[in-house]
Amino acid sequence: MISFDLNDEQKMARETVAAFAVEQIRPAARIADESGSIPADLLAKAWELGLVRGCLPENIGGYGDPRIAVTGAIVAEELAYGDLSFALHAMAPRLLAFPVAEMGTELQCSRFLPPLAADNFVAATAALMEPSFDFDPSEMKTTAQWVSGEYVITGAKCYVPLAAESEVILVCATTNPGLGLPGVEAFLVRRDSPGLKISGREKNMGLRGLASFELTFEQCRVGPEDRVGGEHGIDFSRLLSETRVGMAAMAVGVARAAFEYSRDYAKERKAFGGPIATKQAIAFMLADMAIEVDAMRLLTWEAASWLDKGNDALKESYQARNYAAAAALAVADNAVQILGGHGYIREHPVEMWLRNARGFGVLEGLTIV
Amino acid sequence: MIDFELEPQLVNWLGVYHATAEQLMRPISRQFDENEHEEPWQFWQMSWAGSRDMAGVPSDHALTGSRNLYTCLSTEELCWGDAGLFLSIPNPGLGGAAVTAAGTPEQKKRFLSRFRGGKPKWAAMAITEPGCGSDSAAITTTARREGDDWVINGTKIFCTAGLMSAEKSEGFVVVWATIDRIAGRAGIKPFVVEHNTPGMTVVRVENKLGIRASDTAMLSFENCRIPLDHLLGSAEVTPAGGFKDVMATFDATRPIVAAMAIGVGRAALDFVHDSFKRNNVPLRYGISPRRLTAMERDFMEMEMQLKAARLLTWRAAWMLDSGMRNNLEASMAKAKAGKAVTLITQKAVELLGPLGYSRKELVEKWMRDAKINDIFEGTQQINQLIIARRILGYSSKELN
Repeated sequence: MISFDLNDEQKMARETVAAFAVEQIRPAARIADESGSIPADLLAKAWELGLVRGCLPENIGGYGDPRIAVTGAIVAEELAYGDLSFALHAMAPRLLAFPVAEMGTELQCSRFLPPLAADNFVAATAALMEPSFDFDPSEMKTTAQWVSGEYVITGAKCYVPLAAESEVILVCATTNPGLGLPGVEAFLVRRDSPGLKISGREKNMGLRGLASFELTFEQCRVGPEDRVGGEHGIDFSRLLSETRVGMAAMAVGVARAAFEYSRDYAKERKAFGGPIATKQAIAFMLADMAIEVDAMRLLTWEAASWLDKGNDALKESYQARNYAAAAALAVADNAVQILGGHGYIREHPVEMWLRNARGFGVLEGLTIV
Repeated sequence: MIDFELEPQLVNWLGVYHATAEQLMRPISRQFDENEHEEPWQFWQMSWAGSRDMAGVPSDHALTGSRNLYTCLSTEELCWGDAGLFLSIPNPGLGGAAVTAAGTPEQKKRFLSRFRGGKPKWAAMAITEPGCGSDSAAITTTARREGDDWVINGTKIFCTAGLMSAEKSEGFVVVWATIDRIAGRAGIKPFVVEHNTPGMTVVRVENKLGIRASDTAMLSFENCRIPLDHLLGSAEVTPAGGFKDVMATFDATRPIVAAMAIGVGRAALDFVHDSFKRNNVPLRYGISPRRLTAMERDFMEMEMQLKAARLLTWRAAWMLDSGMRNNLEASMAKAKAGKAVTLITQKAVELLGPLGYSRKELVEKWMRDAKINDIFEGTQQINQLIIARRILGYSSKELN
């Protein structure tokens, strides 16, 4: 039945995370962007909100809350509204925790999840993207070949958040090139595995607060017990959809931040005897931005709700992600335009949001709902 | 709880509308586009007999309390069939909406009960004048009290179903006229003028770019006398009194117009989809967007835009059903759908090339039909203005 009502838990989650984002994350965003690091005390506070352990099972130390993609999208939007780098950093452990909890074997759950359900922030991550202009998750170039009782991983990955400080990395690789998405499996690879090399930190246009890394795999061997889901493997299409909804939700947060900031600026900034917001040229831009922020959120929620019903959401999450990526860029660009020269100066956050928003059309798999 | 899935019984109910669109509207779509001002009586008789209000509420099952949402859903289906024919369907239309929004319970009963039976009937709304469109507060048509009558003088244009309501059925026209020019907006009131009332004449019926099956009339009122109790609501001139009722009507009708646009857009999209399928053009969802062909990208863009418009429309209608103020959201839906579908149908013509431009197929017609949705019931720019005022917290004086 069609409804646009959040339930009580969702309202509460939104309220809590929104307050944290406005009061604590946002004030630290510029410093994180300039210094390239996220303050540990803020991460600790975010951890206390249960962003990762909340949905992990009780028997390994989690809170046992049901994992709901719509709620995840709401939380992701609010965090990214505060700061995208922070949001991706704080949520990165989910990239390993959620697929293992959802699709992993019992043994994998009991081995890999307890540290992620403990009291302090623990880094964990996943490696999906590859450093090639024609990167496509359905034609992955990193391979995992079954050779005499082991998987041998060969290839390269990039945009792997927190790789240097994660004990274990969930690595996506195809066991059957040519099979497309169904051929992709996930492997739990220890950071110190022979054959795995982690490069120096990546330098990117945006997301400068987020430590991300390039990985190369040369004959990196993992046992069959480290294949997520054991012999059944994983539903990579679902995993991909979950990450796309996550990225779309964060794009909504960035776009909303840019929209609200430029809206408030336009009411303050005076030209030709009045606030520039009273000119239709500016007011109509803001009206379009408001529509787009709502439109991208609804597409994201639709895809999320599709996931929550257990349906195949490959198409819906693809649409949400593609729409949100384009809309976030357009909204952030308009925000810079509304601030004019001031938008280009690093004193205001809109130039940072434009750099961050550009990433959504390029990046895959940096977060998950 | 957030949910975007239609219940199975609702899907069944919509299936009836879809069948109507497919079997009764599509086959005559071209005929009534090529022959403007011809009257599709067979279709009207069938739709009148089939249901008193085809765009109305499902009455045959337990799905109640979602009137506006269901109207949007059925509207999308019927406009997938033909938007011009949809607008021509005999029903209370915008005139009925005005009675519902502004009338007393007694007036609602008096003016609307005729739609329960008898011959097909129409009701229309007349706001726009030769000298004012979007600026409806500048209305110059006057209503003067003379004894037990109101005397109306003025000219109205762009009146949808004006001909059928004023002259060719036992319907009525709701005319917005001022009873106090000095009071501005507060002085504008809605009046019900019955069919064939002396003094009301249909001056002409317009020739249009699209939605040609629907008549768009120019009406003139010369000393047109109507009884006092044909004024809807109260004659008292209070600040924002009369005009508020116009606005209340728009909050309900803008999502419906958005849904009309979406129906036309979906028709074009479905046509493109079918022709892709026939010609083995793949649609590869899930792969890197950078590897899509231009055709795939265009199609997927159209599809996303249509969905965005639909979700905004459903939200606006759902809010109204839930008793929430939806003024902002109704304008968002209308602005998004009007523009998105204009572009979708234009792109469909382009993607189909010679097939798209030819009058052998309906795609070029849908492009012409689509355009009106970005104009009537508040142009794109008027809706942007409303949205901007709301998000900025400005009055109409501060932002105009």
